[in-house]
Amino acid sequence: MEIKINGQNRHFEGPVSVAALVTTLALEPRKIAIERNLAIVPKSAYAVTLLADGDQIEIVQFVGGG
Amino acid sequence: MDEAQRERYARHILLREVGGQGQQKLLASRVLVVGAGGLGAPLIIYLAAAGVGTIGVADDDEVALSNLQRQIIHRTEDIGRAKTASAKDAAARLNPDVEIVEHRLRIDASNAAAIIAGYDLVVEGVDNFETRFVLNRTCMQAGKPFVSAAIGRFEGQLATFKPYERPGVLPCYRCFVREAPPRDTQVNCAEEGVLGAVSGVMGTLAAMEVLKEILSLGDSLAGHILLYDGLRTALRSVKLPADPQCPDCSVIYATDKNPHADAS
Repeated sequence: MEIKINGQNRHFEGPVSVAALVTTLALEPRKIAIERNLAIVPKSAYAVTLLADGDQIEIVQFVGGG
Repeated sequence: MDEAQRERYARHILLREVGGQGQQKLLASRVLVVGAGGLGAPLIIYLAAAGVGTIGVADDDEVALSNLQRQIIHRTEDIGRAKTASAKDAAARLNPDVEIVEHRLRIDASNAAAIIAGYDLVVEGVDNFETRFVLNRTCMQAGKPFVSAAIGRFEGQLATFKPYERPGVLPCYRCFVREAPPRDTQVNCAEEGVLGAVSGVMGTLAAMEVLKEILSLGDSLAGHILLYDGLRTALRSVKLPADPQCPDCSVIYATDKNPHADAS
């Protein structure tokens, strides 16, 4: 299936969960939120949320300044 | 309202959605601004200009030269002064209707509840995640709207949290940031830098959401997060659901389930 991540097309084989995506991309979960089709995926739902063909994913980096 | 006030707020009163009644509401409202820095500066200025009657300003810091590229409420001659005092003077110059209450301290778990008890709404532009966690929890327990803004480099994030209105549906801050990022990788202004105007964009958007909440105008941002990417000139509103396993709101509301939440 084809997934768009931060605007770039990526190809994945078979079912991929958000948890697997975070691992595959070597992301530090404490620093980011995953946005899937304009909605933030709750951290507790990473393992059970499966990506679908055509999904638009944005990796949102937390900012902490004021 | 006296004659000078009717003239000062004439452009607000002209708005059908605000009117004289809305302006009275603003004059009677009490808002706590936590952080008198890059975000706090435009927040305090726009809230004071709008006639928010009482503005609490919480900050324990003094004005430094390196603040002035973005913290537009302070002036060069304010360097070394308490930020709360400098902010109070700026607001007084702008609008004598407004009372500024200085809280010259760092908000933490020991003092947050007592300070927040004196206000209707809390808005923050602090420089760390730990204080945001404390404000989030305290506002949730007090049932008060919490507007949270953050900036770093060329980006900003803004959200309104009112989980008490629909527990399990509307999120709290920790449904977004579960735990503080490792300290050495936190994106903050002191270590990563920030283009000054980003503070203006996000602080002004935060002021807009505060005024909307006070006046019950339009659609509340609660349930969404607004993401600003200054380099792409992109602003998008993204859905932010409650996390059923959030360490804060799912625990606080566990024994206090909204009986209407399950009805469909």
